[in-house]
Amino acid sequence: MSYHVNEKGFYGKFGGAYVPEMLYPNVEELRQNYLRIIQEPDFQQELQALLKDYVGRPSPLYFAPRLSQKYNTKVYLKREDLNHTGAHKINNTIGQVLLAKRLGKKRIIAETGAGQHGVATATVCALMGLECIVYMGEIDIERQAPNVARMKMLGAQVVAAISGSKTLKDATNEAIRDWINNPEDTYYIIGSVVGPHPYPDMVARFQAVISEEIRAQLREKEGTELPTFVVACVGGGSNAAGAFYHYLDEPEVQLVAVEAAGKGVHSGESAATSILGKDGIIHGSRTLLMQTEDGQITEPYSISAGLDYPGVGPLHAHLFESGRAHFENATDEEALQAVLELTRLEGIIPALESAHALAVLERLKAKPDDIVVINLSGRGDKDLSTYLKHFHFDEK
Amino acid sequence: MKNRIKSLFAQKPKGILSVYFTAGFPNLNDTESVILELEKNGVDLLEIGMPFSDPLADGPTIQASSTVALKNGMTISKLFEQLQDIRQKTQIPLVLMGYLNPVMQYGVERFCQKAAEVGVDGIILPDLPLHQYVEEFKELFEKYNLSKVFLITPQTPEARIREIDSHSNGFIYMVSSASTTGKTVGLAEQSQVYFQRVAGMQLQHPGVIGFGIHDKGTFEAACKHASGAIIGSAFVKALQREGSLSENIKSFIESIKN
Ligand SMILES: Cc1ncc(COP(=O)(O)O)c(C=O)c1O
Repeated sequence: MSYHVNEKGFYGKFGGAYVPEMLYPNVEELRQNYLRIIQEPDFQQELQALLKDYVGRPSPLYFAPRLSQKYNTKVYLKREDLNHTGAHKINNTIGQVLLAKRLGKKRIIAETGAGQHGVATATVCALMGLECIVYMGEIDIERQAPNVARMKMLGAQVVAAISGSKTLKDATNEAIRDWINNPEDTYYIIGSVVGPHPYPDMVARFQAVISEEIRAQLREKEGTELPTFVVACVGGGSNAAGAFYHYLDEPEVQLVAVEAAGKGVHSGESAATSILGKDGIIHGSRTLLMQTEDGQITEPYSISAGLDYPGVGPLHAHLFESGRAHFENATDEEALQAVLELTRLEGIIPALESAHALAVLERLKAKPDDIVVINLSGRGDKDLSTYLKHFHFDEK
Repeated sequence: MKNRIKSLFAQKPKGILSVYFTAGFPNLNDTESVILELEKNGVDLLEIGMPFSDPLADGPTIQASSTVALKNGMTISKLFEQLQDIRQKTQIPLVLMGYLNPVMQYGVERFCQKAAEVGVDGIILPDLPLHQYVEEFKELFEKYNLSKVFLITPQTPEARIREIDSHSNGFIYMVSSASTTGKTVGLAEQSQVYFQRVAGMQLQHPGVIGFGIHDKGTFEAACKHASGAIIGSAFVKALQREGSLSENIKSFIESIKN
């Protein structure tokens, strides 16, 4: 079984490029050029230099002693939270902005949920001197205010998506509409392994640096490149794709994808797409998505803005259906408990998204000699107001 | 089996007025009245929009009408129910237009079968790409004698326009400019160049221009370069005016034709 995209842009039956003709030339231009450009030596040179000196890579693989003790296994955290801008998202935006420049594009657009991808896009646009427009759901603008401020500070224009559920799905719709209306000078930096081919493959390749580093770091620390488990949270699936990428063809490594269960998988307020979703088309890709019987896309819910998406990337739909990855989920409450646990045991305040991955540690039933790598996709600064409120630290 | 779209273009090669409306808008059961009123006022061809929660190619007007239609309870099954007896009342060519996901959930074959049964003539699914259609669905559409209408845009390369022409039947939907639906800036000079370029290609199928056609001026300008034009958002807006459905339709179509 192959877990990589085929020449037609599919992972099994999932993927493809279901885009209106208005987008065909843009998507086609990208499809025809992305692999060639990414493989050019001067592209790689520029990319590697920026990842090292600007992003701060390699990100550490940290052995978490007190967490390990508590769960009686060996827990490593891949510290994507230490990247510049505070999450894994910048691995992708650096890669795509370099690609956009080589395609001669002048105007960059992006969608964002938690604001991490928006900040990472605004950051690389400031770095490259490019115009930047970020679409963000009106509700997310409210609940992720610090990131909105950062984007503005960086010179990006933040446009509120006011249709539908006013969250990530709608921000993505608005970004796609912008691209339809500006087909020539504009490049759309998608923030996850979603959207039409070649985006899922391209974003996965830019995030694959995560598992490339994990392999080298584990070899050094444990004498093996292969952990027992790799655990990552899944919104669209980019940090998970990056953490899984170089393990896809290592069947002894168990891949665990953790979705947001919101108030409970069957509460009606959830974003657990693998369980609640059905085969369909969202944002130009055939994948699993949450929808009604009539094929109308439904509104997901999660306390975490970055996981609040009704679909999942086509790679993950394929990993789910083929059984290659094991899909777990964590509720809002479980994620919040995991936040406090990591903070108090290791002195690291994680992002709400990443906390979903931490929340399933117990359920892995890992043995003392097992190696568990958790992808700590981002830091919790943007979520502080949620944490203060929830844990009542804001009371005098 | 006769296809009403082909007959229409054979009889009337120029000046075809086509109107788009969202099924289930303004009210759930307006579909039949809208069809009959439009025909009565001299419209030649109708596109019935099947509302979708996430209409990527549409601007605010059609998005909003889709939201209302879905709230009203419109579904593909409901639409087929409403169209059950339509062929006893009118022979105007009918094209269903919508996004792929709801059709997929309904079942593509079941959809084609039902569409043919109630007397639909053609289908437009903007997010079903050409090669996917050819690989998976073309046989089905042909089996049920449904015209598949594709979009082309000013950015579509000539070779691809020819490929689209070869897989089309019915007509080719010429999107006037790079945009979502509902822009009212008029037809830019660039668009005219593109219309002339396409006209010069001598395609097998007639072209009909849509997106941004909103009044008599833009309709007539478009008709100079193609077999006709499609009005969508401007008509959907007209349905929201005060007054009865039939008055609104009559005055809007008169404003285009006279
Ligand atoms: C810290 C963090 N982790 C995870 C995600 C989820 O995205 P993905 O599934 O693409 O990694 C986000 C999205 O905003 C995020 O900010």
